[in-house]
Order: sequence, then structure tokens, then C-alpha cells
Amino acid sequence: MDWVLLKRVLRAGLLDFSRNAFVSVASILVMTVTLVVVGTTIFAGVILNSALIELRDKADVNVYFTVGAPEDQIMALQAQLQALPEVASVGYLSAQDVLTQFEAAHQNDQLTLNALNELGQNPFGAVLNIKAHQISQYDAIAKFLQGQQAAAGQNSIIDKINYFDEQHQTALVRLEGIITSAGYLGTAVIAILIFMTVAIAFTTLRLAIYSSREEIQVMRLVGAGAFYIRAPFMVEGMLYGLVAGVITLLLFYPLSYALGAATTNFFGGVNVFSYYLGHFPLFFLAIVGTGVVLGAIASFLAVRRYLRI
Amino acid sequence: MIYFDRVSKIYADNSVALEDVSFSVEPGEFISVVGQSGAGKTTLVKMLLAEERPTSGSVFFESINVHEVPLKNINTLRRKIGTVFQDFRLLPNKTAYENIAFAMEASGKSEEEIRSDVPHVLELVDLREKINNFPDELSGGEQQRVAIARAIVNQPDVIVADEPTGNLDPTNTYEVVQILKKINDLGTTIVLTTHNKGVIDSLKRRVITMERGKVIRDDKEGKYIL
Repeated sequence: MDWVLLKRVLRAGLLDFSRNAFVSVASILVMTVTLVVVGTTIFAGVILNSALIELRDKADVNVYFTVGAPEDQIMALQAQLQALPEVASVGYLSAQDVLTQFEAAHQNDQLTLNALNELGQNPFGAVLNIKAHQISQYDAIAKFLQGQQAAAGQNSIIDKINYFDEQHQTALVRLEGIITSAGYLGTAVIAILIFMTVAIAFTTLRLAIYSSREEIQVMRLVGAGAFYIRAPFMVEGMLYGLVAGVITLLLFYPLSYALGAATTNFFGGVNVFSYYLGHFPLFFLAIVGTGVVLGAIASFLAVRRYLRI
Repeated sequence: MIYFDRVSKIYADNSVALEDVSFSVEPGEFISVVGQSGAGKTTLVKMLLAEERPTSGSVFFESINVHEVPLKNINTLRRKIGTVFQDFRLLPNKTAYENIAFAMEASGKSEEEIRSDVPHVLELVDLREKINNFPDELSGGEQQRVAIARAIVNQPDVIVADEPTGNLDPTNTYEVVQILKKINDLGTTIVLTTHNKGVIDSLKRRVITMERGKVIRDDKEGKYIL
């Protein structure tokens, strides 16, 4: 495309944008609503993801060792576990740590503490706390541990693996179900919302261009080519998207600020305001980019039907 | 230059707009196509501009069958035909200057040519002082003169004027006809459709008379006879 043509197309698009003030304002408003929905779904996605991570983090498997199990053997098992691809992390609690935790948890329960003192020694064994990448991977980890326990026979340092408690297993299965369903549901709701608002924006731009259908016919009859007619409308559509994108970004500043603390307290982890500021280039690209691309595509398609003469 | 070869147009509801129409137009001619409303005059123009396809027959412009030109190339053909319509059809958001410049830009003219030709052509139609006015700031006659300026600015081989005086008062009608005569005197072929008896009788040029989609008369120096 030569520069003269590009200059003419841009000038025509800008002039139409400024002279069709009513149509421009209406289109920008609808486009802004669309982009606010797009932005909100980004936030919703981030919050949902964070909440699911938080929830996933609650799942674990504990290995309880026999009282007096040698620490070097526990460390060896920890190293073996860490080498497994399914394992995300393995935390170690020595027998003393477990005792301290127990005492702290029962500091107001003098009877239990007295009973503990009566024993005269630490009744707890060490514990390994294992976290997997996926909840579904706990089964493989538990089976590995069971294998180790079986191989050692009577000399096994493993006292108990809580994965095989019926309650624990049920809780893990439920948690996995909740996380999977929440993920699917969230994605579906986001997709439906985006589809609906994009459809509304498309329809609005089609209506805006419908009002120019006679102009397009005249342009065709005076000998203008399809590109020369279509391109200024695309520029106009892109300008709607650009302006709507900037308005949306400005709106999100006070909105995310106001909701920042609430989202942290409610969902835990994510402060949407900090996230917005920290990921502003991403938001700029997503919101303004969506607006501009949406405007261009919608205009391209809307003009096409009136060029068939 | 223009040749209608046994052209018929029958719409889906079986209404006949044109029936076996044949005639030719030579370069430099000024022909008027007359007939009452519904006689098929506008359909004839639409056929020439390839806005509509004939049910049968062919329309040739400079030996090219206009209905065999692919849609993507039709603009090249239309640049050779200047069009003037009864309802002016100016672009409402463009000034008089921009309306005319648009036709030049569409045919790839340079900025220098546009800057020099647009004021000149507006002067020809006596609208130099309205160069920056939008269509809604112009009277009907002025809008039609801008439309004529737009039609002639690319120096087309032929001007097709479809009822150009239909919405004008007698004074503006006279002025528009005088402009068309002047353009014809400069060598451009003119095809004028009208049902204005006064215009036809004053022109004393070739007249094709249509009735119910058929050509019923073709007179070299005709009058409005219906």
C-alpha cells in the first residue's frame, strides 16, 4: 500500500469518526461495555485461578514415622520423594517439631498437657508433608510409599500414610471434583460472557455501518474500489476500539482500587489493584488490542455485504 | 460506444422492467430517454452501471460486456461513466470539495491534481464559493450541481444522468440542463433520462421513448411524445 493511499484512508476514517459524532459516541459506549466485560473476565480468571491454587494447596499427604525412626533414613526417603516427578514439595517435621506443634495447639488444654508430661518422653514420630502438582497424583505417591513400606517389612520406619484413611481419600476426591468443576464452570461463564458482549459490539457496529449503506453504494457507483471504501470504515472501527479501550483502562483504575482489599480478604492471595498495576502492559494489550481488533473485524464484515454491487 | 442488445429484465415477481430493448449510442451524442414513471428508464441506467443484471441480452460499453466484468474490477468501468441521480446522492459527511475529491481519490489521482481540479470544476458549475459547504447546507439545485461536478471531474467518456431535474424547480432545471449541454459541447456523451417535457423539447436532440419496458420511438431530433 502506498503512503498516499494510507494517508487518504486514515484521513477519511478520522473525519468520519469526528463528523459522525452521535454514531461514534454510541459505538464507543457499547464497545466500552464489551471491553469492561473482557477486563472483568481477566480479573475473574486471575481470582479464580488464585482461589483454586489456594484450594489445591490445602491437599497433601502425610507420612508418619515410627517413634525413634533414624533421621538419616527419613532424609533418604525425603530425597527419593523429591526426585519423583509428581512431587511438588516435601516438608519435614522432626519429632520435636511435632511435639512443639502439639503443645502449642493444646496450650489451653491442661489435662492433655499433663498427660503428655506423664509419659516422660516424646510420643510422636517425625512427619513428612508431601504436596503433589496435581491432586490426581497423590495416588501414585502413596503407592510408592506403600511399596517402600512393604519392601522394608518389619523394619519399616513408616508408621502410617494418611492417604489410605478413608476420610482423607474422600476429601481429596471431593476437592479435586470441586476444583475441576469450578475451573470448567468459570471458563464456561467467561466464554459465554465474552461471546455475548462481542456479539453485541458486532451488532452495534453493523448498525452503525447500516446507516452508511447508501453512502457505500454511492461510493461504488462513482468508481471507488472495495478497499478504498472499506478501509476508512475499518479505521473508524479501530478508533472506536482504541477510545473505548482507553476509557476501560481508566475505569479499571478506581474500580480495582476500590475492590483491591475486598478481593484479598475474600479470595485470599490476590489484590486486584496490585495485580492491575503490576500487569498493566498485559491489560493494555488485552483491552486496547481486543477493542482495536474487534472494531476492525466488525467493520470489515459489516461493510462487505454492501459492497456487492 | 454504448450498445444495448435485446436486453430484457424480468423481476422475481414476473414484473417486466425491460423487454427486448436494443439501441446504440455514438461517442459525443446527447440522447434523452423519456417515458412515464415505471417505463424502465432507471432500470436501463442500472443495467449500464452494472448495478443490475439483465434477464437476457447484453449491454456493451466500449465493446465490453459490462455484465461480464468481475465485481472486483467493476469500479474501473464505472470511472469511465459519470453518474448523476435525481436524489443527488452526495456523501452527507463530506463537503462539496470532499465529495468531488472522493471521486478523484477513488480513481487514484494525485493530491496536486485534486487541489487544482476540484476548485476548477466547482467554478464550472458556479459553486466556487460553496466549496466548504456540506450537502445539507446547499439547496437542491446546488447539490445537483455538485453531483454534476463530481460526475465530470474525472473526465469520463459518458455522463449518465438519471432524472437529474426531478427534484428541482424550473430555474435550477434550466441551469442543470445548460450545464449538461455545455459538457456535451466539450465532447462528452450524455445519456439523460427524464419525463420533463420542457427539457426534452428545448434540447432538440435524439430522444428514445419508452413505454412499459419497451422502446417505442427513437427520433433523431425528437420531442416528448407520449
